[in-house]
Amino acid sequence: MVKYCSLFYCFLKIGGFTLGGGYAMVPLMEREFVTRRGWLTTDEFLDAISLAQSMPGVFAVNMATQVGYRLRGVSGSIVAVVGNILLPVLFILALAMFFRTFRDNHYVNAIFLGLRPAVVALIAAPVFTLARRMHLTWRTVWIPILAAALIWLLGVSPILVILIAAVAGFAWGKFHSPSDLSDKSDKSDKSDPQ
Amino acid sequence: MLYLKLFLTFLKIGIFTFGGGYAMISLIENEVVEKQHWLTPEQFTDILAVSQTTPGPIGINTATYVGYTATLDAGYGGFGAVLGAFLASFAVILLPFLLMLVVVRFLSAHRDNPMVTVVFKALRVTVLGLIAAAALSLLTEESFGVPGWNKRFVVSCAIFAMVFILSVLPKKKYFFNSPITLLLAAGLLGLLVYV
Repeated sequence: MVKYCSLFYCFLKIGGFTLGGGYAMVPLMEREFVTRRGWLTTDEFLDAISLAQSMPGVFAVNMATQVGYRLRGVSGSIVAVVGNILLPVLFILALAMFFRTFRDNHYVNAIFLGLRPAVVALIAAPVFTLARRMHLTWRTVWIPILAAALIWLLGVSPILVILIAAVAGFAWGKFHSPSDLSDKSDKSDKSDPQ
Repeated sequence: MLYLKLFLTFLKIGIFTFGGGYAMISLIENEVVEKQHWLTPEQFTDILAVSQTTPGPIGINTATYVGYTATLDAGYGGFGAVLGAFLASFAVILLPFLLMLVVVRFLSAHRDNPMVTVVFKALRVTVLGLIAAAALSLLTEESFGVPGWNKRFVVSCAIFAMVFILSVLPKKKYFFNSPITLLLAAGLLGLLVYV
């Protein structure tokens, strides 16, 4: 069983390095939950992301709630959420107390000019590492491409895209036998080379 | 009563936050600047800038800052203002947290349901597209500078390439390709190049 303190420390670390919000912490979360600690499988991690994105609230807090609950129930989710927001809250509190106006700091600006492209790269990277591990095939690869195009080019809301995918998945399951679906990806892996 | 007003306002902001921070900016602005006059428009711009340059989601950053500033300006004193900051931060996460718990409980009870399995199978593939769109939407002049043969753009592209390659290529996880190490390195590089 996962200890509360390792749960807390893990989310403290993630919260402290959430720069640029939301998806920028996906690679760090993936590294912590999936690779290093083995708390979630890649599939479970992706499920958590889609749920966190489609529910109201802050993405990072929604992730903390789910992972904490899965590991240690309700108390685990409280520990994870508190750990996740503690450093950001204290940081802003300190800023509000000591610098009531804090724009245009030359050094902070310089650091952030360096950080911004790094954050973009950190968000882009898991698209490829996760795709590699999910064994995407030519039969499924159009789905993420279409989703990205809808959101990025046409400005469709990500929540709407998730809803459409959920309905489409539901309909697909309704008209095919579930057993056929449960190993859909494995089957397409095997049948493609033939 | 200011505390109650703070609590209710951020409860409302929290439950109407869909799809991450930037979607809620206009809602926060409307509540905090226009309706309640807790912040001036300049202070609100400040907090936006700070949210991009400090850890933490923008929703929580704003709640903490507004909770502190509003109570301090109303004459509650330092301790009362810290209390206000914690109260507002608590309020903004409370309802989404409870809702999430209910949904997660429900889903873990029905995890073996074939329909749930199928729906999540479809969602997993789609989420990759969502992440890709988030990365694409950040390919802006704000992130990289004006494209061309200038210092800012060249340095930005170099940092992007370095972080991307180190994150994608090695299958093993070392300390040097940890997101934390990469962020620290990029920040340090920015400090060296731009100051």
